[in-house]
Amino acid sequence: MRLKYGLQAVTVLVVAGLLGLLIWKVVHQDKGVKLGGGRTPAAPAFALSRLDAPGKLELASLRGKVVVLNFWASWCAPCKSEAPRLEAAWQRYRRQGVVVVGVDGQDFSGDAKRFLRKHKITYPNVHDGPGNTGSKYGVTGYPETYFVDRRGRLVGNRVVGEVSAAKLTAGIQRALRS
Amino acid sequence: MKILLGLLLALVLAAPAAASERHPTLGELEGEVMCPTCKTTLDQSNAPIANRIRQFISARIAAGDTKSEIKRKLVLQFGPAVLAEPSKSGFNLLAWVLPFVALGLGAAVVAWLVWRWSRRRDAEVPAVAGSGQLDPELERRLDDELARFDG
Repeated sequence: MRLKYGLQAVTVLVVAGLLGLLIWKVVHQDKGVKLGGGRTPAAPAFALSRLDAPGKLELASLRGKVVVLNFWASWCAPCKSEAPRLEAAWQRYRRQGVVVVGVDGQDFSGDAKRFLRKHKITYPNVHDGPGNTGSKYGVTGYPETYFVDRRGRLVGNRVVGEVSAAKLTAGIQRALRS
Repeated sequence: MKILLGLLLALVLAAPAAASERHPTLGELEGEVMCPTCKTTLDQSNAPIANRIRQFISARIAAGDTKSEIKRKLVLQFGPAVLAEPSKSGFNLLAWVLPFVALGLGAAVVAWLVWRWSRRRDAEVPAVAGSGQLDPELERRLDDELARFDG
């Protein structure tokens, strides 16, 4: 009889443990940062290999500058359309302390490098092959664009899909004012 | 003789695996590689990146890469999550070992319970058989039944 209760207790404990693990996983799942409603959360840190130069680029090294973070992939059609707009914004605002950073995700680095050459992109670009950095930001598809102020905080709303020149300018201006 | 047969069986089973490692096909790799954006295996996806990975695999097969080499190159680009099965090293080894450990533990518990149950039965049977007597009430009911059956 004691054995029967012992086995039942062990079974209940195992089931409770598995249930606990499931709940922990659901609660701690990386859903990315919450934006909008005046929230200015810290931009998740990253250090990723550069596609346009040797070495890595750390977001923390850009503290004191406004950063336009553009998540893209070479296989994504709207990413091709918006590329010239991002390059134009980089050329226009770089003297005001604005940096455009491309984060190529879920993509072959070779394809990404060809994309940069083809579209004559000169702003820094990094490779996020597994898409982990994108997940930290809450990226759900490509392209998506975020604005980081000089203190390393995300400002305004993210732009889901192809970014227009107007949204790009508005986002940069807001980050410069922040 | 048994050892020889065992070795022969092992060889027969290992041959296709070795051939698949040296000369993989796109079809089998499509079931072992994940589409990074849709989180399904390649054979379930028509996403642009799935098509691109298929193209990459075909090119690597044509170049003579082994299955492991192709998988290693994909992991370098997309991380370990690009593989449908966890690797058989490090922490991921647990995913392969734990089911067998659980199965072994379960079998041990069942074997122990069966052994315990049969031992209890063994202990109970001689007690009844050794007495050589039936319960009087049971004996009377048995006689009644037999009489009714004969009648």
